[in-house]
Amino acid sequence: MVNDVIVSVLLVGGALMSLAAGIGLVRFPDLLSRMHAATKPQVLGLLLFLLALAVEFESWPLVPVLVLCWIFQLLTSPVSAHMVGRAGYRTRHLRRDLLTLDELDDVVARAAEGDPAGPDRTEATRREAGGGTA
Amino acid sequence: MTTVVYVAGGILAIAVLLALYRAVRGPSILDRVLALDVVLAVVGAGLVLNMVAGRHLDNLVLLVTISLIGFIGSVTVARFVTDRK
Repeated sequence: MVNDVIVSVLLVGGALMSLAAGIGLVRFPDLLSRMHAATKPQVLGLLLFLLALAVEFESWPLVPVLVLCWIFQLLTSPVSAHMVGRAGYRTRHLRRDLLTLDELDDVVARAAEGDPAGPDRTEATRREAGGGTA
Repeated sequence: MTTVVYVAGGILAIAVLLALYRAVRGPSILDRVLALDVVLAVVGAGLVLNMVAGRHLDNLVLLVTISLIGFIGSVTVARFVTDRK
């Protein structure tokens, strides 16, 4: 009985995380703020759902599998968010007027200045290697 | 318990519709990738909901697979977004 209540709260909470992400994706103005909203169901929502599963089944052998599942998501989602954010920054899919601070801007400017071969080469290597200054 | 499953399923359905709206409208391909990542997260949530409702554990492998697919997909697309002028 108590378990049912806990499972219900966890399930509805996890579903509300997904709803928050959906609303955020529709309402937020640019890519970076949408990325902020999109991470909610990926990490916290999944955690709530997996906890609901663990409470529902009440079996210890299940726990390592769920932990593995969550750790995997925890390792992969920052990497993909970083890749998407970096690509978004480079292709200027962000609204500068909404930013309060852009620390990367100084770094990019300094790297472009310090490069002896000039900005042309920096641009070329950046496009080629996908790494580089930013 | 059945009511809770239906309520959570309804909320997930609304969430996936909103995410799909952004995937269709999204001005850039990165917005679409982001929205489809959310769709995958909601699909994973639906799999867990299905396991809780039916009291079985058949979908656990699918859950890991889905997060792997989402990772590979968004990294691949983000890698090939270049600055075309």
